[in-house]
Amino acid sequence: MTYESHADLGGQEGHGAVIPEAEGVLFHADWERMALAVTLAMGATGTWNIDESRGIRETLPGYSSLTYYEIWIKGLIELLKKHSLVSADEIAVGAMLHPARPVKRVLRAADVPVVLAKGSPTLRVTGLQPRFTVGDHVVTRAAPVDHHTRLPAYARGKRGRIAAVYGAHVFADTHAQGLGEQPQYLYNVELTAAELWGAGDFTVAIDAWEPYLEPAP
Amino acid sequence: MELHVRALRTVLEQKGYIDPGALDALIETYETRIGPRNGARVVARAWVDPIYKKWLLADATAAIASLGYEGRQGEMMVALENTAAVHNLVVCTLCSCYPWPVLGLPPTWYKSAPYRSRAVKEPRSVLADFGVRLPESVSIRVWDSTAEVRYLVIPQRPPGSEHSSEAQLADLVTRDSMIGTRLL
Repeated sequence: MTYESHADLGGQEGHGAVIPEAEGVLFHADWERMALAVTLAMGATGTWNIDESRGIRETLPGYSSLTYYEIWIKGLIELLKKHSLVSADEIAVGAMLHPARPVKRVLRAADVPVVLAKGSPTLRVTGLQPRFTVGDHVVTRAAPVDHHTRLPAYARGKRGRIAAVYGAHVFADTHAQGLGEQPQYLYNVELTAAELWGAGDFTVAIDAWEPYLEPAP
Repeated sequence: MELHVRALRTVLEQKGYIDPGALDALIETYETRIGPRNGARVVARAWVDPIYKKWLLADATAAIASLGYEGRQGEMMVALENTAAVHNLVVCTLCSCYPWPVLGLPPTWYKSAPYRSRAVKEPRSVLADFGVRLPESVSIRVWDSTAEVRYLVIPQRPPGSEHSSEAQLADLVTRDSMIGTRLL
């Protein structure tokens, strides 16, 4: 395995208490505002997709010691270099040293409300038929994969029940790898705490694409 | 980091990839227009209007869009109703997926390792960190946002609010109650 996500935290021990925070607190430094804005604005150029950016962020060295917006900025820089929009020497000196490369779009101030209201829907119309229906018992993929995926490690190789069918959606695994949208049916799968952890009286629901699932034996 | 981000912004502007005005508009949007007051209005409407509530539970995306909240990080919405018997709690163990059009930007704790690691394994203990203790009889359902569906919790209407107006009710709804980490 060469792909290792540092972001797959579900079920890990030793992270301590949750520290609640008042509702109005959005940023903890001025640069965090700018980190948010430049990341969203560069995302709007259409050079990469959200799954590719998640893959870049979750594989950043030192992920666990970085704050949220540090992860965003480091991830953005990796994406800019990967797509040859900015080079390391330019970031080092803080100035343009090489000609710009064309991007599909530049987000203008006047377009911000419309672009945000539109978002990036992932639901797709396909000729596919769903393999599963509500109430079906399934088992999740047991093996780890060597690329970005959205099946958390704690939910691998577990029995669950289909609770909802959400239609065909852009498949994060292929989309992240530059292999296209390859839409697949997406399901809400309910797993019991007893199945996941051996004990417990609650349920955990995950959203899982069809390739993550097989009929339960 | 301050200087580092400023340098990056300068390069991106010089190369013509970003419009400085768009950066200001993005920040202003999430600091003043898109935040948990949007979700609070959705919840208050559901409390006072049974037909709206039914629609919200059947097709949250459309019901929420009818109040003007839609788009980025809320393209497909599902509403989860808390009752005396069922308590819903939302998390994203893999990153920080969160329903932006109705709740705005996620709080730091939502994006942090303690919440992401523990919510799916010991939800009652996580709730205790927020001062919430639920009776054993209440079933807990944890929702891990692992795809592009975004979840909004409809908290229970607080006792004593029978005579409140819809606007007054919206003022009672907190961000955390719509994630499922607090009661009202």
